[in-house]
Amino acid sequence: MWNENIIRMLFEGTYTTVYMTLTSSLGGYLLGLPLGIVLAVTSNKGIAPNKIIYKILDFIINITRSIPFLILLILLIPFTRFVVGKSFGPTATIVPLIIAAAPFIARLVESALLQVEKGVIEAAQSMGAGVFAIIRKVLLIEARVPLIDGATITVGTILGYSAMAGVVGGGGLGDIAIRYGYHRYQMDIMLVTVILLIVLVQIFQNIGFLISRKIDRKKV
Amino acid sequence: MDNNFIQIKNLGKTFASKDGKLEALRDINLNIGKGTIYGIIGMSGAGKSTLVRCLNFLEKPTRGTVIIDGDDLSGLKDFQLREKRRDCAMIFQHFNLLMQKNVLDNVCFPLTIWGMKKKEARARAREILSIVGLTDKEKAFPAQLSGGQKQRVAIARALAGKPKILLCDEATSALDPQTTKSILKLIKEINEEFGITVVIITHEMAVVREICTDVAIIDDGNLSEYGKVIDVFSHPKTKEAKKLIMDEGREKTGWSDSDSAGNPRLIKGGRVIRIVFTEHSSFEPVIGNMVLDSGYPVNILYANTKNVGGIARGEMLLGLPKEEGQADKMITYLKRRGLAVEEVTDYVE
Repeated sequence: MWNENIIRMLFEGTYTTVYMTLTSSLGGYLLGLPLGIVLAVTSNKGIAPNKIIYKILDFIINITRSIPFLILLILLIPFTRFVVGKSFGPTATIVPLIIAAAPFIARLVESALLQVEKGVIEAAQSMGAGVFAIIRKVLLIEARVPLIDGATITVGTILGYSAMAGVVGGGGLGDIAIRYGYHRYQMDIMLVTVILLIVLVQIFQNIGFLISRKIDRKKV
Repeated sequence: MDNNFIQIKNLGKTFASKDGKLEALRDINLNIGKGTIYGIIGMSGAGKSTLVRCLNFLEKPTRGTVIIDGDDLSGLKDFQLREKRRDCAMIFQHFNLLMQKNVLDNVCFPLTIWGMKKKEARARAREILSIVGLTDKEKAFPAQLSGGQKQRVAIARALAGKPKILLCDEATSALDPQTTKSILKLIKEINEEFGITVVIITHEMAVVREICTDVAIIDDGNLSEYGKVIDVFSHPKTKEAKKLIMDEGREKTGWSDSDSAGNPRLIKGGRVIRIVFTEHSSFEPVIGNMVLDSGYPVNILYANTKNVGGIARGEMLLGLPKEEGQADKMITYLKRRGLAVEEVTDYVE
């Protein structure tokens, strides 16, 4: 049974998973990073506290985060069809992945930015820096280590979510695992996909931690 | 000289806290002259940090205002206020450097915020780094520097934008005495060379004594006393001022009711006086002669001779003998020798 077709399928599955994970992470950050910045800035511990904006965003994010991904995936089918024209396949899976990742990323970004020491922010304010200058030149720079760590966690989480997309025919390793392992009881193929998923997560994590350690100037 | 360079007018700050209102500052009025090194001293929690933050409106006062170089800060729009802050550079107890940027980029930081070109900013930063003596450290990151070096970087950063005022918020409190001295020396040089007005917030009398020309004492949100350092130190009028000056003496001498061997002090519970020496008398053995003449010992609780604001001056705290009449005799003796003698009645043990 280990014919050429199976091996090619596993290769393609791995590629699809990586493609979905990275594209969704990127899309998630396009949405989640600004959201997280607004959260951190408008929080009562932020540089421009604004209760109304914070409460609204906080509410939306909490709601989205409470919906299990599998259900969000199904819930979003009409929206996905509207955006990409179809509701199955890797590209279609990216839409719910981004929607699920963005609030998660926003929370990670918020907590990373709030870790920046108040003193440095105060120093920037004493130099006459405005809100945007502080975001660009203080918060995003000083928080870059927790930001990278957050991105590492995000990629791992999205990779996990992307496996669930197999349920709606999303493609990738998760899809293969469900089709062969669940529907056909072919344990060997399922085991291989599980190992491939573990290897992928490990690779992404190690790259992430390596970068974060490399760029941290706080440690001598 | 402009005596009203910084004017603090009826300044008050109230914080809303869970248990009601906290009055951090009450009706402060103070003028700071151009080119002075003004010390603002007080115990922790006295409100001095709030006061310095009100000087550049990092903290908006609840009442009153601050006028800097003719501009009333409360009347400025947000962008005007940010512009004005360039004139008032600030350094902090914990340095507050960008940990992820190297020394050179830290010094460039305010300049790039103001839109200066990178090349120009770097040239200016290198110029300042040579003034603070850190030319060889421009590529280092703050985590690799000592406390004193970090504060030098912070001073360089503050000077980069050619400010008129330097606000120091407990700038030496995290440093050891030796480093404190060198940082204070640097601040003094900056004051003299560039004519920058310096406001120093501290809880250490030694800092004020070392470099300040003027001093204001803040206690529980009130301004209790202010004036030239030499005057306030020689003749503290208020209880708060006396307590601060006294506490320093105790800290320095480790004075307590018993000596290091645990023996009780010779004189306990007697009257305590403060003597101030002028430049004429500080080298005469006045105390020794007095003890020899009277035949009674005195207890020196604290003694210090220092160069204060350019005038050689010494002071001493004496515990007088309890024997009937001896204390009065000694006070008369000292006064006759032309010394300023003052009885310390509210000595806090």
